[in-house]
Amino acid sequence: MRHTRRFAVAAVGAVTALVLAACGGGTSGGSSGSGSGGGTGDGSIHNPSDAKGGTLRYANSGDWDSLDPADTYYAYSWNFVRLYGRALVMFKSAPGADGATLVPDLAESLGKSSDGGKTWTYTLRKGVKFEDGTPVTSKDVKYAVERSLDKTTFPNGPTYFNDFLDLQGYTSPYEDPSPDKLGLKAIETPDDSTIVFHLNKPFSGFDYFAQLPATIPVPPAKDTGTKYKEHVVSSGPYMFQTNDLGKSFTMVRNPNWDPATDPNRKALPDQIEVALNVNSDDIDNRLISGDLDVAIEGSGVGPSAQGRILADQNLKANTDSSLQARIWFTVLNADVAPLDNVHCRRAVMYAADKTGYQRAYGGATGGEIATNLMPPVIPGAQQFDTYPTPGNAGDIAKAKDELAQCGQPNGFTTSISYRAERPKEKATAETLQQSLVKAGINLEIKPYPLADYLKLYAGKPDYAKANNLGLMVYGWGADWPDGYGFLSQIVDSRTIRPTGGNSNLGVRDPAVDAIIDQAVNEQDTAKRQQDWVDVDKKVMDDAYMLPGIWAKGLLYRPPNLTNVFITNGFQMYDYLALGTTRK
Amino acid sequence: MTAPLDVPGAAEQAVPEAVTAGMGRAIEGRSLWQIAWRRLRRDKVALAGGVVIVLLVLVAIFAPLIVQLLGHPPLEFHYDQIDPDLQISPAPFGGISREFLFGVEPVNGRDIFSRVVYGARISLLVAFLATLVAVVIGTVAGIVAGYYGGWIDSLISRTMDVFLAFPVLLFALALAGVITDGSFGLSGDTLRIVVIIAIIGFTSWPYIGRIIRGQALSLREREFVDAARSLGARTPRILLTELLPNLVAPVLVYATLLIPTNILFEAALSFLSVGIRPPTPSWGGMLSDATHWFQIAPNFMLFPGLAIFVTVLAFNLFGDGLRDALDPRGR
Repeated sequence: MRHTRRFAVAAVGAVTALVLAACGGGTSGGSSGSGSGGGTGDGSIHNPSDAKGGTLRYANSGDWDSLDPADTYYAYSWNFVRLYGRALVMFKSAPGADGATLVPDLAESLGKSSDGGKTWTYTLRKGVKFEDGTPVTSKDVKYAVERSLDKTTFPNGPTYFNDFLDLQGYTSPYEDPSPDKLGLKAIETPDDSTIVFHLNKPFSGFDYFAQLPATIPVPPAKDTGTKYKEHVVSSGPYMFQTNDLGKSFTMVRNPNWDPATDPNRKALPDQIEVALNVNSDDIDNRLISGDLDVAIEGSGVGPSAQGRILADQNLKANTDSSLQARIWFTVLNADVAPLDNVHCRRAVMYAADKTGYQRAYGGATGGEIATNLMPPVIPGAQQFDTYPTPGNAGDIAKAKDELAQCGQPNGFTTSISYRAERPKEKATAETLQQSLVKAGINLEIKPYPLADYLKLYAGKPDYAKANNLGLMVYGWGADWPDGYGFLSQIVDSRTIRPTGGNSNLGVRDPAVDAIIDQAVNEQDTAKRQQDWVDVDKKVMDDAYMLPGIWAKGLLYRPPNLTNVFITNGFQMYDYLALGTTRK
Repeated sequence: MTAPLDVPGAAEQAVPEAVTAGMGRAIEGRSLWQIAWRRLRRDKVALAGGVVIVLLVLVAIFAPLIVQLLGHPPLEFHYDQIDPDLQISPAPFGGISREFLFGVEPVNGRDIFSRVVYGARISLLVAFLATLVAVVIGTVAGIVAGYYGGWIDSLISRTMDVFLAFPVLLFALALAGVITDGSFGLSGDTLRIVVIIAIIGFTSWPYIGRIIRGQALSLREREFVDAARSLGARTPRILLTELLPNLVAPVLVYATLLIPTNILFEAALSFLSVGIRPPTPSWGGMLSDATHWFQIAPNFMLFPGLAIFVTVLAFNLFGDGLRDALDPRGR
């Protein structure tokens, strides 16, 4: 039910790490603020307040991948980490679409590019200090990025720096022969307040990389490798007081954080408590009863609590519906006959009853019916429908017409896979089975364990082909609200590896790849956004994916919570802004 | 010195009580089964268990007919019964009505009654067949081990120990992922059912095997076996016609007690979604789905749970009664 679960797989490969994040509820952008936003999270601030004090209580139904900024890949974690660390750039702490814009944090301004987008320079603010009072320098930032490159020590984080920095063979500061451990040539620190990144290829969206937690400074003297997560040295308004890994931790104000250096943070509560591994139904109940302030995963309440809340007007008044940069979709595998014929794939597109898909994900509360891939909350996304059907309920006549063109007038039989631990994906498989059979397409339902879904089953091309997995239920969330952050890992055929672990389950189209390359090199934002829309359209034309639902989450906010709003940067409550009236 | 054997009074004392009690009435010979039936008939609780079992078997056999009369096809969606926002039936008690006797499933509105009725088929089929597999293997292994003794006994007993120490659930989870469609020339539900029966059967036989071995061990020292042996009977004959008939009672009792265990095991496998695949209804699978809904649609969890509870209880009560009837000393 909660999407924030993640595989416990040590991912070394670039793509695998991305896959992990996206499956898990990675990091993505969009609340109901922009575009097609409905519900109440429409960019307004609830209980606005500047009153400081009190204790804010968070709970997590699972656990962090790691509190170490180099080793984390959850959206909620990237949201929360800003309380104890300052990256070069950050998503603005603002409601709605404004929250998806980047603002300088540790840096004085956004990055300045030169060399056609291959070199990026940042100047640090003066007067920023760690919790022990030592000043933050550009070398601390460089060291932090260096250690994040070490995927053996820190397997969880994204690999954008590994992929885009001009590494020249550099692997890890822990294997760095230079005495100060700052041997990476791709990052220069000409003085204590300047940092220069050199890329191996131009990338127009580097500021998105600069907002990654990996650029949060780490003092080399305090780095304890894998144990650093036990006490991360804070550069933000809060620092760790106690940290009982796997159970709970508390944070208190950092006396060396100077608000004068930080225009972005309000830092309202005096103390923050976080409980870990709490039963998710228990979290929902405690939120409603007022024993808890925030469900940190930000993916919305479970089905039981949703039923209770929607049935009670008083409770319903305290909810926000966030439209997320996440899509639940089903891949149509062109490796499996007869789906290798585009007309057979189009038959599936027409036959699918999307109202059933929506019901599987919790009805209108769970998401909006998706007609294409990119969620409307992503800046520049366009909504279009290549296969319109009356009421989105499927068009059997058109499906049969496509089947005839495919040479399968009586339909065919194939299998549909889903992740066994996900009841909503099970419901999706069942509803697709019901709707496709009306066009003569029979589906055999095959569940697979979530942990190995990509590594061994659906994400492994020869397995999927041998087991006749014509349809594969899946979902994807953007690493950040942007065409690259959303689409590149699910439609670029060059990310498909025969060994498995793919998140692109079956889009192999040179035309799509060509548009992606064009987009990555495009410096003009508007043109770049149009390129990503073209990618989306091409994938829809060739019917490689059946879009299901653009996800929404029903967030509950207890009445004592102040300054509450949904940011499109993370599509959940902005944790930097929250305060409480409960002293 | 020789004492006369016919001491007055000694003859009188030697007359067994049973004989004295039976004096004056015609003595009726009763077989073990007749005695057992008389005892069982007096055990009302066990009889009730037996009646429930018979009813369950009838329900499983006539599931299509029952569903046709009282329900809807188990795979049919009823979106009209579901509130699209709440995802459950807007009617009270989970939509329990004359049309939907147990209410409707959240999200898709399937008839819970029909699914519970059809679920009985899977549960009972798997439990009976898996028990049969276990009983056959267990009895053969137990009899051979107990009768031969020596290294054969050691070998079989150690094998049983290995199977008992086996992490069955983990094994089942791993196997379910490995076995692909088309294995053994089977596919779909048939394949899953065969695999589950095989897993349960091949891992639960040592429980019966040990009991049979113990019985065989004591039986082989009895006089009638010695007598048969001295008359020149061969080993197969001794095993089949002397030992086996005397083992029928314990086999029957423990088979009856193994069935509920296997029902629970099948439910556990389906609960962990390595059992029967959706959308085919099974009790364990329904329970698994219901865990997310029990706060707002308790009927979805109640009825399959109740079905498992009643079935297991009935088999256990009947099995206990059967044991008391066949082997009063085992009490």
